[in-house]
Amino acid sequence: MTAAPHQVESAAGEQGILAVAREQVLERGVGLSREQVLEVLRLPSGQLQDLLALAHEVRMRWCGPEVEVEGIVSVKTGGCPEDCHFCSQSGLFPTPVRAAWLDIPGLVKAARETAETGATEFCIVAAVRGPDTRLMSQVRDGIKAIREDGNDIEIACSLGMLTQEQVDELVAMGVHRYNHNLETARSNFPNVVTTHSWEERWDTLQMVKDAGMEVCCGGIVGMGETDEQRAEFAVQLAELEPHEVPMNFLIPQQGTPYEHLETIEGPDALRIVAAFRLAMPRTMLRFAGGRELTLGDLGAEQGMLGGINAIIVGNYLTNLGRPAQADLDMLNDLTMPIKALSDTI
Amino acid sequence: MTVMYCVHCGKGVADADHSRCAAPQSTLEPPRYCAQCARRMIVQVTPSGWTARCSRHGETTSRDDPAAAR
Repeated sequence: MTAAPHQVESAAGEQGILAVAREQVLERGVGLSREQVLEVLRLPSGQLQDLLALAHEVRMRWCGPEVEVEGIVSVKTGGCPEDCHFCSQSGLFPTPVRAAWLDIPGLVKAARETAETGATEFCIVAAVRGPDTRLMSQVRDGIKAIREDGNDIEIACSLGMLTQEQVDELVAMGVHRYNHNLETARSNFPNVVTTHSWEERWDTLQMVKDAGMEVCCGGIVGMGETDEQRAEFAVQLAELEPHEVPMNFLIPQQGTPYEHLETIEGPDALRIVAAFRLAMPRTMLRFAGGRELTLGDLGAEQGMLGGINAIIVGNYLTNLGRPAQADLDMLNDLTMPIKALSDTI
Repeated sequence: MTVMYCVHCGKGVADADHSRCAAPQSTLEPPRYCAQCARRMIVQVTPSGWTARCSRHGETTSRDDPAAAR
């Protein structure tokens, strides 16, 4: 007979779900179930530090000490036909963001600056439903120009929903990873986006996976979802088995339907980070947008010691981040080595 | 350059409530409106900076604004 979670006590003195997680996730590498993740999300604040410490142990055991550093750039900004309620780049909302294209020299420069930080990953992003011929051509020419610049950084793309033909084209261009976020739990998705479905996104992710590209898929927390939906989202991501999960915290954007939402509290953000780590012990978990506002410098350090093992440095797509050097200094202070490019090839 | 308009909301610096523009999250925003004419600018954010172009008053970059440089 299996003991009820509240009756379990670990050798480390933990009780309840933390003791269960130590045995199940840390020792055996089996991610938490939806019900277990929910239990973690409901832990009292007095157990937050123990939770973060366990999540860090799990990360070190199953992923190791290295941190993958990435830079991102928007090659096509604004004017998007979709209505993702969090996004300032939707052409359907009265936001101050105007449409812009980044030219090839600008893209090459952005990739070079990213590589100079020690980052091994550079993601080319476009605000589109899916890429058209012009965008695919721009990406192809951009990747060629980055290589001709002598830059061997790994290149990822995020260009919306794809056809099989476009997946194959990206593979042929040498794109090794594709980002396409599910954004939120399946049950919450219709509250966030109405112009396409969660299932359409899932289909693109399956095509990417089947083609052998690494899958990068995460989302945004703080969009009105419940704890139950956060737990649901964690296990839906785990089911996808992505190589990487970027975690964003909502920055309410002027002119969007979410303009007046409150940002989530730092301790809640940390609890979510740790819970996602315990749901996905082997997955790269990346700090992405919104951490500056939600967690600040101290909270970012706590997150790095609470399950995170990858980070976007520098600016984001339309928002600014903190200087890349500040994050590199933080990693140095935490004695966390930056993943080398040779490790990724 | 005389700053007449708020770069975050495009309203006059002296004749509007800018409490939201002064909120912490505005430090994560590049300028969106021209400080001289309030036109909405075309802004390109890159990993290490930003460029904002007004159709009348030209281009400003994060290098021109050390306080906002990233």
